[in-house]
Amino acid sequence: MASTIRVRAIASGDSTQVQSLISHPMDSGFVKDSKGQLIPPHHIEVVEFEHAGKIVFTCLWGPAVSKDPYVKFTFKGGKKGDDLKVSWVDNKGQSDSLVAKIQ
Amino acid sequence: MLRTMLIAVAMVAGAAQPLLAADTASDPKAEFKAFREYFTSRFPKVALDDFVNGPYSMDEGLRKQWKAIDEFPPYEFAVDKGKEMFATPFKNGKTYGDCFPNKGIGIRQTYPRFDEKSGQVITLDVALNQCREANGEKPFDYTKDDMAALTAYMAFTSRGKAMDINIPDDPRALAAYTKGKEYFYTRRGQLNFSCASCHVQNPGNRIRTEVLAPALGIMNALPIYRSAWGGMGTTSRRLRTCNSQVRGVPLKAESEEYRNVEYYLSYMANGLPISGPGARP
Repeated sequence: MASTIRVRAIASGDSTQVQSLISHPMDSGFVKDSKGQLIPPHHIEVVEFEHAGKIVFTCLWGPAVSKDPYVKFTFKGGKKGDDLKVSWVDNKGQSDSLVAKIQ
Repeated sequence: MLRTMLIAVAMVAGAAQPLLAADTASDPKAEFKAFREYFTSRFPKVALDDFVNGPYSMDEGLRKQWKAIDEFPPYEFAVDKGKEMFATPFKNGKTYGDCFPNKGIGIRQTYPRFDEKSGQVITLDVALNQCREANGEKPFDYTKDDMAALTAYMAFTSRGKAMDINIPDDPRALAAYTKGKEYFYTRRGQLNFSCASCHVQNPGNRIRTEVLAPALGIMNALPIYRSAWGGMGTTSRRLRTCNSQVRGVPLKAESEEYRNVEYYLSYMANGLPISGPGARP
């Protein structure tokens, strides 16, 4: 199965801009399916971006975040060729991670 | 009760008209020329190849948003999924590629095509399900998910290729084209809109918050990731949504009328590049 994470990190000057897209249903737990049954909550709780052994960005997400969420942020440091690790964990304990090279 | 009657009357009118009109002669070449001239003269500033970008060819603000979205296209997951599905063999060892010329790569622009055996228009979606059934697999739902992922991948491999639809020298092919045209220009639904009311008379204008796409090249971007759906949808899903939006009764996905109208519109878009899979608001 292909990764659920897409990430693009571009270094410019002394900072790095990161864009990331995660494929996840992000069910809030308040929506009913076609049979009228509640779809149980299933959403990401924590996303972490790690650079050089240090966490540079943490997301604490809940049911209000949209399906297939998108994140964009900039952090100080990072240069071309460095590794950037992205990982997420959801409320069912499922997770995924990916290591991308900064461009 | 009254509402049911209104819908019933509208449906009878909608069903009867194409039958009458199918008898009148069509001249696809002349109609192609007139259709194209209408759009190019009404929107002289829009480059011909840009019409396939739908509302983004009409509205500068939307175009900027699209460019930003397209850096991280929301259909990317579907393309990857489609690629994987495409490469995975069926239980009998064959793949989707075995059902298509050139192993299915870069052929989106040749669909829909007229099939002389069945005397019907075959869209890419129908061809994919025929391929599945011929190999002993269950057909997919025509509106989203797996079907949208497969067509997204096939469109992706055909990007930039010019739409290349033929109407063979067969009265049934011409009839299918004519029926598609009639469907396009026939008013339906409680709002009494035809496809043309929005996409020929009003492209670039807003319908509530949405900017209407021009009919020229409108099929080239399909399938699409539509933000309002929060996911991918096929041509059938788009057409069914159009029908509901004018408060009409949507037809079955890939019904004859939908296939014919796709045939008509794709023929009108001949020469314009495939831009699918697309992203739409």
